[in-house]
Amino acid sequence: MSMTATAGRAHADPHHIGVVIEHPGPASKRIVTAYGFWVFLLSDIVMFSCFFAAYAVLSGQTAGGPKGSEIFEQGNVAIETVCLLLSSFTCGMASIAADVRNRFWFYLGMAATCVLGLIFLAIEFREFADLVARGYGPSRSAFLTAFFSLVGCHGLHVSAGVLWLLTMMAQVFAKGFRADVLRRMICFALFWHALDIIWVGVFSVVYLLGSGV
Amino acid sequence: MSDQTHMHAEHDLAPGDEEQHSVGVRILGYVVGLVLALLLTATSFFIAGTDLVWQPSIPVALIVLAIAQMGVHLVFFLHITTGPDNTNNVLALAFGLLVVFLVVGGTVWIMAHLNANMPPMDQIMRMQ
Repeated sequence: MSMTATAGRAHADPHHIGVVIEHPGPASKRIVTAYGFWVFLLSDIVMFSCFFAAYAVLSGQTAGGPKGSEIFEQGNVAIETVCLLLSSFTCGMASIAADVRNRFWFYLGMAATCVLGLIFLAIEFREFADLVARGYGPSRSAFLTAFFSLVGCHGLHVSAGVLWLLTMMAQVFAKGFRADVLRRMICFALFWHALDIIWVGVFSVVYLLGSGV
Repeated sequence: MSDQTHMHAEHDLAPGDEEQHSVGVRILGYVVGLVLALLLTATSFFIAGTDLVWQPSIPVALIVLAIAQMGVHLVFFLHITTGPDNTNNVLALAFGLLVVFLVVGGTVWIMAHLNANMPPMDQIMRMQ
């Protein structure tokens, strides 16, 4: 009841311009943790932006090697994109299940996220192995160096995310939906969704724009 | 939902947290986000390979579609909104975006000018 009253007041004066409110004290641990992780994610995005900038500068420097349009297979990239997008969705379902403390849907959502992430990694690894086998490794040209470092860095993040995901499932299994486990879960969900945002940049800039070069 | 996981309106919201909704509404939010993102992705892949549009417009279209899809992800998956409980999250995001645009824009700008103002490498070698 008191909750609806404060919500109503907050709505009428959302930025508290008119009234001097009593200081609410430090934010809850959940907010502090998630906010700190959000700042880390933004710094991670800044790091990726350096790789993007390097790729944008070097995408034409093929040193007689293959151009982007000769090595990119758009079918594979489309499957990877759909995998990551669906995994973002299932990760969201898992976070909802964690909030309502439903173990079955939590495990199901996380398992689906894990499988989709592994499919993504398998396709990417096959693409890299295929390129290296054809002699188009990262040392072939500046373009391929930039390509492997940008896409490989994203792939490493996804690998770390899969490990983290399995850790979260184990923690929920062993400790249940404790407040600290739920804080780690919200950080994991932020991480996984942010990886999908970076992949949007990767498939647009590297694969689709890069095919036109 | 329980008071442990969600703060009431007077407080800020943690990034990734939603305002209090029923489970059905929350799932619907993710479904809408998924559908929008799939549509934008499909458009990107279609535009990249088509002859139906003016060719020089394709790079711009791809970048616009990518930014739109990132916006969809931020709103529907990360729940970053313009609400007063999200001000801190949006400000951090704005600062991150500022650095991203400085790094990417500055790099592309400077390197393009260097390329335009410098003779090719083999000419420099011959001058020595």
